Amino acid sequence: MLIAVVLAVVAGLGLIGWYTARAKARLLYTGRGSMRATANYHGLHLALWIAIPALIAFAVWTAVSPGLVNEAVLADPAAQMLPASDMERASILAEARAVASDPSTVAFNPLANRLAEPMRSAQTQFGFIGIALVLICALAGGGYAWTRIRADFPARSRVERGIMLLLLAASLIAILTTVGIVASLVFETALFFRDVSPWSFLTGTHWSPGNAIGADIDDNFGAVPLFWGTIYIGAIIAMIIAIPLGLMSAIYLTQYADAKVRRWTKPALEILAGVPTVVYGYFAALTIAPAIRDFAASLGYQNPSTESALAAGLVMGVMIIPFVSSMADDSIAAVPRAMSDGSLAMGATRSETIKKVVLPAALPGIVAGVMLAVSRAIGETMIVVMAAGATARLTADPLASMTTVTYQIVQMLTGDQEFDSPKTLSAFALGLVLFIVTLILNIIALRVVKRFREAYE
Amino acid sequence: MTNETKMTARHVDVFYGDKKAIDDVSIDIDNGIVTAFIGPSGCGKSTFLRSLNRMNDTIPIARVTGEIKLDGDDIYASGMDPVALRARVGMVFQKPNPFPKSIYENIAYGPRIHGIAQGKADMDAIVEKALTRAGLWQEVKDRLTDAGTALSGGQQQRLCIARAIAVSPEVILMDEPCSALDPIATARIEELIEDLKNRYAIVIVTHSMQQAARVSQRTAFFHLGNLVEYGDTEQVFQNPQETRTKDYITGRYG
Repeated sequence: MLIAVVLAVVAGLGLIGWYTARAKARLLYTGRGSMRATANYHGLHLALWIAIPALIAFAVWTAVSPGLVNEAVLADPAAQMLPASDMERASILAEARAVASDPSTVAFNPLANRLAEPMRSAQTQFGFIGIALVLICALAGGGYAWTRIRADFPARSRVERGIMLLLLAASLIAILTTVGIVASLVFETALFFRDVSPWSFLTGTHWSPGNAIGADIDDNFGAVPLFWGTIYIGAIIAMIIAIPLGLMSAIYLTQYADAKVRRWTKPALEILAGVPTVVYGYFAALTIAPAIRDFAASLGYQNPSTESALAAGLVMGVMIIPFVSSMADDSIAAVPRAMSDGSLAMGATRSETIKKVVLPAALPGIVAGVMLAVSRAIGETMIVVMAAGATARLTADPLASMTTVTYQIVQMLTGDQEFDSPKTLSAFALGLVLFIVTLILNIIALRVVKRFREAYE
Repeated sequence: MTNETKMTARHVDVFYGDKKAIDDVSIDIDNGIVTAFIGPSGCGKSTFLRSLNRMNDTIPIARVTGEIKLDGDDIYASGMDPVALRARVGMVFQKPNPFPKSIYENIAYGPRIHGIAQGKADMDAIVEKALTRAGLWQEVKDRLTDAGTALSGGQQQRLCIARAIAVSPEVILMDEPCSALDPIATARIEELIEDLKNRYAIVIVTHSMQQAARVSQRTAFFHLGNLVEYGDTEQVFQNPQETRTKDYITGRYG
């Protein structure tokens, strides 16, 4: 609500500023070459000077004011009855905030109802202060720019700089978000490692967070079976499927297929990349996994489980094919035609040329593609949630049910959980490990691709 | 080697899709001499060259009609394997295109796929002989394991010639082999062509009339897909029979 009002006010002020500044600048026009910038740029310059300070002020105020509101509420006599624990205090205040914004809400804690009234008045009060602050900044900025409207003022290049800053801010938001995500992961992981030793987390082989109470807490957070499950499903089984099939289809498409075949096979392959992973998930769970179970039973397996590493890995491999094939396609296409012509002209066959000249030359790009595919496969969640199982098990048997890092993260964070228990926090530690591994894979892959590109340009 | 006819082309047309790039070309290519194809850009001389070892097969829309014979055998006959043909009719390209392998492996590539060498010692001998003939042995003998792509442009082109020689072809086709090289490297290649011409039938496509005059014994002038004039180089340059040839050689167009 408040944000809409503020944005509308700022936009309105900017518009007014633009028109008036333009009008003022037009009066300065005395002939050709008399001004360093057109009137329109003077208008834009002033509008930017209104909008940018106002929006910065608003952003700062939105960050600061909830703290001020809470302090005002805590100063209320009723707040004396609040419990001392920070957690409970925060939850009651949150409830009071909910009641303040919507009086029909029923609060658990009667104290929240008592505090709703001071909360509401504090919010209104600080809201007005905020709007006033925004207005002051807008007017101050606009006023400053107003004094700069002169014939020799280079409004055009100033506007250019303003737009550059705007674009910079936009790109910083994405970067800052990433930094924020990493920071929160690191923070929560640090909390987790206060309870559980990092060493036993990274090297322990027993994972049962449900039993983790008391002194043996370290023994129940051994994540090795999860790492193994992730690697086994994502980097081994899936890649056994995806690398040969992806590579061979890329070779066929780039080297053998004529234009007609390429026209429909390439998009068809790309559709595979567009299938939502949840669809793959139930394909794995409903079609592949039972078939594998029946197959296992026919081999004489005792009580084969419906969920298996093989089912998840196979479907994930199929999902990854387009990634491998499109990266391989690109790097094979980047091998200069002159190189394969040279081999063909020596009397080599197509497949000899591919095997001995094209593939070795394209290898770095292919390797990079595989690494990106692996990093995607180990971060994949839906398929393993639906088809791999929940049992943390350290085994090489592909027919056994297995669990992965991503599956456990989902498990730890869904449903009613206490947010400060090691069990929940372990999800963040797992997430951090996953993040670091995929980050390293991506960095290496991108480096390899870059080096490879340079070699042929 | 005597000046016998190595390849003959009769009424050859080459099409790219619907477009006719070569129109009714008939020509004899002799052993032991250098034949130059000259003509303005887009006249079809490279296209015709590529049809002599069926490299046009690698372009899906290209189509060749007419008759081209190597030692009396039709190279477009259904029984002719283009792979075997290209071992007999080698090719050197416009831009040096060494494989991303060592110098040694670049040369050994052809003999290896054709199973020519009997063992390591034999392969070493083939590599040395090919590099020697290409005039490169002295420069690279101490660094055979270096990457072929690390050589200079002129050396790379001689490496490509050595690579073509290593499979003992009978004909060597050169598609503007010096167009990417500086004058000194060009001079080295021209000397090399001079040294090689007695052993092979060499066909060179060139943009440079001076080069054609320097290296070739026979010259064919192409224009707009037609073979306008074909004869002894000296005669074509000194006393062209056709006005179009004369205009081109005197620099009136091209």
